[in-house]
Amino acid sequence: MEWKEEGEERPLSQRPEWSDVTPVPQDDGPNPVVPIAYKDDFTETMDYFRAVYFADERSLRSLHVTAEAIHMNAGNYTVTLSNLDFDFAENLFLENEAIGRIASRVEAVVWHFRRLILEALNADLHEELNFIKKVANGNPKNYQIWHHRRWVAEKLGSDATSKELDFTKKILSLDAKNYHAWSHRQWVLQELGGWEDELDYCKQLLEDDIFNNSAWNQRYFVITKSPFLGGLEAMRESEVNYTVGAIIAKPENESPWRYLRGLYKDDAQSWVNDPQVSSVCLTVLSAKRNTVFALSTLLDLLCHGFQPSQDFINAVDALKTPDLDQSDSNLATAVCSVLGHMDPMRVNYWAWRKNKLPAQTA
Amino acid sequence: MVESQVFQMYELLSSVPRNAQSVLLELQRDKHIEFLTNGLRQLGPSFCVLDANRPWLCYWILHSIALLGDSVDDELENNTIDFLSRCQDPNGGYGGGPGQMPHLATTYAAINALITLGGHRSLSSINRGKVYTFLRRMKDPSGAFRMHDAGEMDVRACYTAISVASVLTILDDELVKGVGNFILSCQTYEGGISGEPGSEAHGGYTFCGLATMVLIGEVNRLDLTSLIDWVVFRQGVEGGFQGRTNKLVDGCYSFWQGGVFALIQKLHSIIEEQLRLLDAGGSAIDSPQLASISCHSGKRGLHDTSGSAKFSNIGFNFLKEPAEMEPLFHSIALQQYIILCSQLQEGGFRDKPGKHRDYYHTCYCLSGLSVAQYSYSKDADSPPLPRAVFGPYSNLLEPIHPLYNVILDLYHEAHEFFSTS
Repeated sequence: MEWKEEGEERPLSQRPEWSDVTPVPQDDGPNPVVPIAYKDDFTETMDYFRAVYFADERSLRSLHVTAEAIHMNAGNYTVTLSNLDFDFAENLFLENEAIGRIASRVEAVVWHFRRLILEALNADLHEELNFIKKVANGNPKNYQIWHHRRWVAEKLGSDATSKELDFTKKILSLDAKNYHAWSHRQWVLQELGGWEDELDYCKQLLEDDIFNNSAWNQRYFVITKSPFLGGLEAMRESEVNYTVGAIIAKPENESPWRYLRGLYKDDAQSWVNDPQVSSVCLTVLSAKRNTVFALSTLLDLLCHGFQPSQDFINAVDALKTPDLDQSDSNLATAVCSVLGHMDPMRVNYWAWRKNKLPAQTA
Repeated sequence: MVESQVFQMYELLSSVPRNAQSVLLELQRDKHIEFLTNGLRQLGPSFCVLDANRPWLCYWILHSIALLGDSVDDELENNTIDFLSRCQDPNGGYGGGPGQMPHLATTYAAINALITLGGHRSLSSINRGKVYTFLRRMKDPSGAFRMHDAGEMDVRACYTAISVASVLTILDDELVKGVGNFILSCQTYEGGISGEPGSEAHGGYTFCGLATMVLIGEVNRLDLTSLIDWVVFRQGVEGGFQGRTNKLVDGCYSFWQGGVFALIQKLHSIIEEQLRLLDAGGSAIDSPQLASISCHSGKRGLHDTSGSAKFSNIGFNFLKEPAEMEPLFHSIALQQYIILCSQLQEGGFRDKPGKHRDYYHTCYCLSGLSVAQYSYSKDADSPPLPRAVFGPYSNLLEPIHPLYNVILDLYHEAHEFFSTS
């Protein structure tokens, strides 16, 4: 279902199939603010959209006009610079995740109405997936598109599973942290399945970039939710091994440190008692490079009752600078002092932590 | 690379002569006002991409102008009120433009914009009864909210709905039920909050989730110490904040992440209690004895069943909590990033060097700047000491209400208006 005939460039007002329709202008009122100097073809398309929408005409031509509206707003639309003195490139909206989050490029009602029409026409939803793919190409960070995709996939059910996994994979190959793509992928896995290769996929992404926090997050999602893997506790040991390896490779990488803590969510005692956890801290501390997360983790362990051996005390001592109080009565206080010095951006946080240390920390 | 660009700018500052230095440290008020007012009057064709978001443009622009201590003329004010009225759906809520489908985000933006304009005409233009109906319609049986009819459900939708209901004093049990459970399910293993259960912890959603939990009196159910530990590490070497672990800094997170700290400062007693419970070996989270602390004003418990009265003063009373702890983030470093890297000398603010300015970033950079400037103030509006303000003291902005992100005085006016009508 092509949205436009090849070479069809005539404005809607000049097409015979639209001759019976009176376009409905936008009611901005006499003195609108933030008035947008719409281009004529955009205005025309939206006027015709409004006409069929208010008439609730769920027909093929209505479907076409929604496609046109979507395409016009969706980046195939070249714009001249505004008369104001700045360059407002289209790509600004595409690149900026935060803006993409808030700004829907075409009003929700166009998409909403499109869905009503698709239902009324009993349209081929596989075709619709292709339509979305084209639109999404230029707009990977637009809420409306992803929401629409989810709706279509839900209707198609497990028929859509591999297509959806492929689609998100493709988007992620261009931007491995696209928030919408990850949410959609998670939704597909939970609603439609396809878990088999997901852990492998995470592994691959982490091989590409061990700092990719989205991949770590997805890994957590898989090990906790995949029906093939037995759950967090069952996976814990192998995951700890994997994570420790990642930490040793790049101790300055925050992701695996948080992931490690996450593996023991709701079971702090097991976390404190796992020798691999304290030992990876010691290894990193002893190497004396990129020690902030090792120190922070040690601090958390101590706050949860970890009893440090002399090795830990020595390792922290070795990180103290001469200006620090050498007589800190306990290790936790010493760790806070070292961090306050080594991680000045968070100096207030470490001071607060020092102040709030539980009574019986070592 | 962003880091090197930023450090180049900081180095530039130290290498130029004093009088040039002082220019760089200054907030370019006049230029910003000019940029903002122009936007309100006329936007170019490239803005058609925001055609569905004109109430957002109104809010971003008006709030920015108000933060700078300025206001718009009567004509612009009246035109804005009229325009937003046209965005109001007869069945309740505001759409992205005249005749558009009502949407929670644009409803939030429109109402905040109208509160920012202030005055009787503006505030009375809001049909509260219909807004309530709209919010009830957006409520999902799971407890969360949808952004619009058959729309997406996430933490952002919850925040926009609850924020609006709270500020209009129409928040009740029906709207609140299940929201807390949904948001709780979005706190991730990292400590931050995601948009939907399972997704990655993210600054925007963390602000939305935390603010919502405060507004519904359930903030004690979140693991606040984990949340704090996550958010402190979102401040990068540049001084600005990133939205997620291992991502790049962005000026807008000055508010989304910075605002989290403003909220945290007032949750001192709850955090203390969670720490105490942890210390005692128990689970800090979701503990019933925290429920009574969670609802503010004289430690009144959540057993007052008088519908909306139960929730209507949470936002108001939140301000009365003194900030009993120092800010846990580096306020000066954030202000430095905003002024030296996000600010453009010709007016407006941007994500980071190399990006273009826009109204969204202008709004959230200024909001974040205000939060940072007041972060050492014990009370929400007491003027900061000069050393709390980066650059000349004249850089000082108006204080905001951190739960809603509207100017404090204007919030009080609205609260007075809606409580008595």
